[in-house]
Amino acid sequence: MKKQKLSLEKVTMKFGNLVANEDVSFEVNEGEIVSLIGPNGAGKTTLFNCITGFYKPFSGRVYFEGIEITGWPPYKITSLGLTRTFQIVKPLKEMTVRDNVLTGAFLKAKNRKEAEEIADEVLKFTQLYEKRNILASSLTIVDKKRLELARILATKPKMVMLDEVMAGLNSTEIKQAVEMCMKLRESGITLLIVEHIMEAIMPISDRVIVLNAGRKIAEGPPQEIVNNEEVIKAYLGERYHAKSKKS
Amino acid sequence: MKRIRGNILALILLIIFILPFIYPNNNFRHILILFLIFAGLGESWNIITGFAGQTSFGHAAFFGIGAYTSTILFYKFHLSPWIGMIFGAILASIISAVVSYPCFKLKGHYFAIATLAIAEIIKQIFVSWDYVEGATGISIPIVEEGVVNFQFHSSKIPYFLIAYAFFVAVVFAAKFIEKNRMGYYLKAIRDSHEAAEALGINTTLYKLYAMMVSAAFTAILGTLYAQYILYIDPFMVFPLEISMKIVLLTVLGGIGSIYGPIIGAAVLIPLSEYTRILLGGTGKGIDLIIFGALIVIIACYEPNGIIGLIKQRSRKGDTSVEKAEALS
Repeated sequence: MKKQKLSLEKVTMKFGNLVANEDVSFEVNEGEIVSLIGPNGAGKTTLFNCITGFYKPFSGRVYFEGIEITGWPPYKITSLGLTRTFQIVKPLKEMTVRDNVLTGAFLKAKNRKEAEEIADEVLKFTQLYEKRNILASSLTIVDKKRLELARILATKPKMVMLDEVMAGLNSTEIKQAVEMCMKLRESGITLLIVEHIMEAIMPISDRVIVLNAGRKIAEGPPQEIVNNEEVIKAYLGERYHAKSKKS
Repeated sequence: MKRIRGNILALILLIIFILPFIYPNNNFRHILILFLIFAGLGESWNIITGFAGQTSFGHAAFFGIGAYTSTILFYKFHLSPWIGMIFGAILASIISAVVSYPCFKLKGHYFAIATLAIAEIIKQIFVSWDYVEGATGISIPIVEEGVVNFQFHSSKIPYFLIAYAFFVAVVFAAKFIEKNRMGYYLKAIRDSHEAAEALGINTTLYKLYAMMVSAAFTAILGTLYAQYILYIDPFMVFPLEISMKIVLLTVLGGIGSIYGPIIGAAVLIPLSEYTRILLGGTGKGIDLIIFGALIVIIACYEPNGIIGLIKQRSRKGDTSVEKAEALS
């Protein structure tokens, strides 16, 4: 039996009458790469926000390493070792790349010197070391996404949640990003990934969870998911699905 | 590059220090003292607004609290202004924490408006509070001059030295904050609240720390101001004008930079004092008209003030050096 890292119990999130997530439950085990997929508006980012404390779920519970973290403020969840990137990158614009990473490194460092060591290590790992003295606002989008990852890695997380880190990248950059995910797993970090680029994440995922209209409609290994009727329906729509059956 | 920058600060501090001795004019010394006080106020304001990005338009409140606390304690209880100064700093910290905690829920302009309103409320309280002599103000009893009594009558040099010491202390405190965890955290909060939270930063707590430190320094300078002028009333130490001057001089010099308030105060304070000397009462406000125009002109080119312009230039210089190196 693998050790449970993150577990959700019937998480529901409502904005007024709009239900963004309904009774979503799943687990992520230690060392796994789990992908969360679904059409636009399925509630993936909302679910991320509920897990990491940016939203307080309407009902349901979230556990990290057995500790209930439902409704905790984000900074507390991060210091437990669960952190996330943002779909819309949020670089600390007026700081250099290194200072951005350094800010994250202070969480687990006792002093500035220790923080600098962590920051440099992470910068080398994410291949940003050469660009460390550039202002974060003048980076390209690829590097901004890398920086987003580098900054949270500096907090020495046990589990990382990536929100569409590959969107907008070209195929070489996607390849690099995939390699990065594998390297993260090797270093013992559990990953939960929201992504649209299937060909990139299907091969590396241990399990895939599919959301549609706020509900979990499928969960399983990638091969199973790609052949799942519900999933195809959700992505292609009822009509086209029916057509594909006839032919 | 870093070493040169450190030396520039040392050079600036040295020049300020020798100025009153090479130019022994009382008026000039008076301007220098005010310059030091306002540059110090700018530095303290910078901690909460420049670093943490929480715009405060109400720093006069803490300035006045500092001035009033030491004065009341001296006037009513004959307590040394030095001890009063410490009480003032503590009281300003506490009040700043109590009033800004709920205000931190407000973002951007709304926070700024709230601070403005709170400062005005505090001023009105002092205007109608009989125990502190209300609108009449308090003349600080003249006693024997000396360090213990924090009063000097025969020369401005001791005031200058004290103002200088406070100013240097604030500059180094700001520099220390900037270089360490707190500075990074505050800047992260300024640039992105959410990213800061995701990095494990307790944003409310750090904003509160920044506000308390900023208020404490402001209050200390308030005590100094009261002991220097030896008379205070609510319209002198609590006015919107002081809050605005702190904001304006820092914005002109460069917000979020150690040098910003120094440059800004070096422009604004001589400007307001000399227009006052030249034009007397009729000159009231002219300094702010000129100063406002300066800010508009500079902001058109560089939102980060004069220091931003200098940095822009030096960055261009840097890249040309790098290019030259790459070519050779």
